Amino acid sequence: MKSKSYELIREQVYSDRLDNGLPVYVIKKPGYYKSYAFFATNYGGADRRFKFGGEWIDTPEGVAHFLEHKMFDTEDGNALEELSANGAQPNAYTSTDVTGYYFESTDKFCENLEILLSFVSVPYFTKESVEKEQGIIGQEIRMTEDEPGYTLYYDFLKLLFRHNPARHSVAGTVESIAEITDETLYACHKIFYNPSNMALIVAGDVDPEKIVEIAKKILPTERGEIPQRDYGEAETSEPVAARGEKAMEVSEPMFVFGASAPCPVKGAERLKFGLTATLAAQIIGGKSSPLFFKLYDEGLVKNDFSAEFEATAGISFTAFDGQSKEPEKVFASVTDEIRRIVTEGLDDALFARIKKALFGRQLRMLNSEDAWDGFVRAHLQGYDTFLTAETLLTITVEDVLAFIREHMKPENFAMMTVTPKNAVNA
Amino acid sequence: MLKIQKFELSKRVTLTCAATDKFKTGVLSVNLITQLSREDAAKNALLPKVLRRGTSTLPDMRSLSEAFDDLYGARIVPLVRKKGELQCIGFYSDFIDDDYVPGDEKVLERVTALLGEMLLSPATSGGQLLGEYTDSEKRNLIDEIRAEINNKRAYAQAALWRNMCADEAFGVNKLGDEKTASAITAHSLTAQYKKLIDTAKVEVFYIGSAAPERVRDAVSSALSTLPKTKADDVAGTEIRINPTSPEVRRFTEKLDVTQGKLSLGFRMGETMRAPDYAALAVFNAAFGNSVTSKLFLNVREKLSLCYYASSAIEKHKGVMIVSSGVEFANFERAYDEILKNLDAIRAGDVSDWEFLSAKRAVTTFLLAQLDDPQGLEEACFDQLIAGIPYTPDEYATLAEAVSREKIIEIANSVKLDSAYFMEGK
Repeated sequence: MKSKSYELIREQVYSDRLDNGLPVYVIKKPGYYKSYAFFATNYGGADRRFKFGGEWIDTPEGVAHFLEHKMFDTEDGNALEELSANGAQPNAYTSTDVTGYYFESTDKFCENLEILLSFVSVPYFTKESVEKEQGIIGQEIRMTEDEPGYTLYYDFLKLLFRHNPARHSVAGTVESIAEITDETLYACHKIFYNPSNMALIVAGDVDPEKIVEIAKKILPTERGEIPQRDYGEAETSEPVAARGEKAMEVSEPMFVFGASAPCPVKGAERLKFGLTATLAAQIIGGKSSPLFFKLYDEGLVKNDFSAEFEATAGISFTAFDGQSKEPEKVFASVTDEIRRIVTEGLDDALFARIKKALFGRQLRMLNSEDAWDGFVRAHLQGYDTFLTAETLLTITVEDVLAFIREHMKPENFAMMTVTPKNAVNA
Repeated sequence: MLKIQKFELSKRVTLTCAATDKFKTGVLSVNLITQLSREDAAKNALLPKVLRRGTSTLPDMRSLSEAFDDLYGARIVPLVRKKGELQCIGFYSDFIDDDYVPGDEKVLERVTALLGEMLLSPATSGGQLLGEYTDSEKRNLIDEIRAEINNKRAYAQAALWRNMCADEAFGVNKLGDEKTASAITAHSLTAQYKKLIDTAKVEVFYIGSAAPERVRDAVSSALSTLPKTKADDVAGTEIRINPTSPEVRRFTEKLDVTQGKLSLGFRMGETMRAPDYAALAVFNAAFGNSVTSKLFLNVREKLSLCYYASSAIEKHKGVMIVSSGVEFANFERAYDEILKNLDAIRAGDVSDWEFLSAKRAVTTFLLAQLDDPQGLEEACFDQLIAGIPYTPDEYATLAEAVSREKIIEIANSVKLDSAYFMEGK
């Protein structure tokens, strides 16, 4: 096994690649009661059209998520129950680009890890169980349709992107999941759940060699073909439409606006690109930006205002979101600030400060499971999140200015708003 | 075992230190303990938000943010917590542990001093909290109260307590209500601020790698101007053993939603006369708070009746909620099934598998709190308020020892008080 020390953040990571192609990472956490395992496949809601065995295959919206729900079924019962009865806290999620299964437990970790690896690699569906799940997921879809944050996010992506499947809900629609059968699920499991397309991470006070031994024992030994994905035609930087609006049961308007950025490259460049973009967003509208104080003082934004960068499934974008009685004013202020920065440049002291704060924020994130999930997800995209702190130190004012100039052009901004349906509170 | 050290810094102030070097950040929280009441809830909730706007030396958000950035992105956020009928307000802070600071800089003392200054030396004008900050945070508070509706699941839970406990302090929202919030002025807020600073009990928590004595010195110094008089007693939480009326009360609200919500509110009953908190937790896990629970396996999985159906116990008040998301047409069936599953436990229908799974869920949850700084702070605080004298690891040992008879006894003690239905328009 290889071992790597990250001095700046004091982490020790052991890693190995099994003969079947699966990368295994173990993060040593001395003194921890719980151990955590996250087993992920590079398969998410956006992976709907792909080439496998020389053939292009189209699938309905929501298969990856549906599969996630059904994977817990085993021939002997249900893995969720089995793990829980064994003291583990298991769960799973599906995002645009990844499906992950995980648990934490304070006892019988190795036994639980065997259960996890086994149920994720051995599918068991029946026609009846798939039909029943259509009811459960249908309820979940309807519940999220009542949540304004959800609508806001996807409708915003539809303003920015024309083709990318990430624009559609990971869970699919009631109609699209009606097309899913047990055969669809078996086929997609075979294609995406082969160890070559997956990754495993364990964090805890565990013996790394033992983890590899368990993975070798439980998982299939042969390598599989890695499917080629089609995310649609290349996107351009101009939005589909500059504005979108929807009325829902909310107390005041909720908004998100921003611009698309290019499809991020792989490797170390990807990490630097993402951090540069995050710094750019933070400098323009983050919690310690001059603009945020101004907007806050004017009562135009609140503490929930955020300025972030996101990259997934071949797309990336900056996003400013929050609640405001006057989203258009917030939009105008942010785009004016961008014009000002492009003309006048950036203040060195502000830049240094925001960088220092981001350093602390990144370090804080390393306390949680999110950091371990993030580590694996980044490795599936070919970069190393544990190098974030170091990489951050290499970014210059010029890097950030260049990003703002090229990828945050005000004319490419689009805004989605959810407005109150009933004027009761007005 | 977790090492906890307590210091009585004065008659008013207690510091609880949990020493651990597992985390990359330290946590410090300062809490003022007050009685939850309809009149004061909004004022109390507003206070930390206004204090967070500026201090005497760092008078605005810009200077404060610069100070936080310079402390490697340290955070100080306003805290408003409802524990039974207590409203606890103050600040939660987390910051990079000194071991991870590049160079020899020390962050702990500087953050603690800033926290003390924020609490005790706010930006004022003519002895009053600033009208500008009060008004702006008041607007934000009102928006926040209104925004409850944006999250339907949480709204359906709050709506149950509001209706079921309409004549009890517990029915008061932790943020207060819009009407009392609207009436707040800089003058009335300043009066409330002075009252709390003069009389409220102050609980401070620290979780991190620094030596407890070092923390004690930093906190003592930061709070040195706090009056050292004895704190006023708070009445605490009134626990009602019996439902409000012999008939289950039903409350219905119509909103523009596609999926219904059903919340059932219970009184924990006789068991609250001498509560066994570990047993309550195991009962809750067996009934509806784990994926091996009856509600999850039967109502959600087997019958596909609800997208979610789970129980939660508020141990300070001795009440339990079952919350669920249901199709409108299935309201009555879901209602019956939830009660049927409670009846099953009452009748002793708890298999070995269910019982052991519930215990393991509780112990795993408790032990995992020791690996998460925020969870640990919450656990320490919660246990202090409930007067539970043990650490999460000791608590886990007690949960292991809970008997099945005790679970059945608790199920028989629980009584349904009210039901809340969120219907579509």
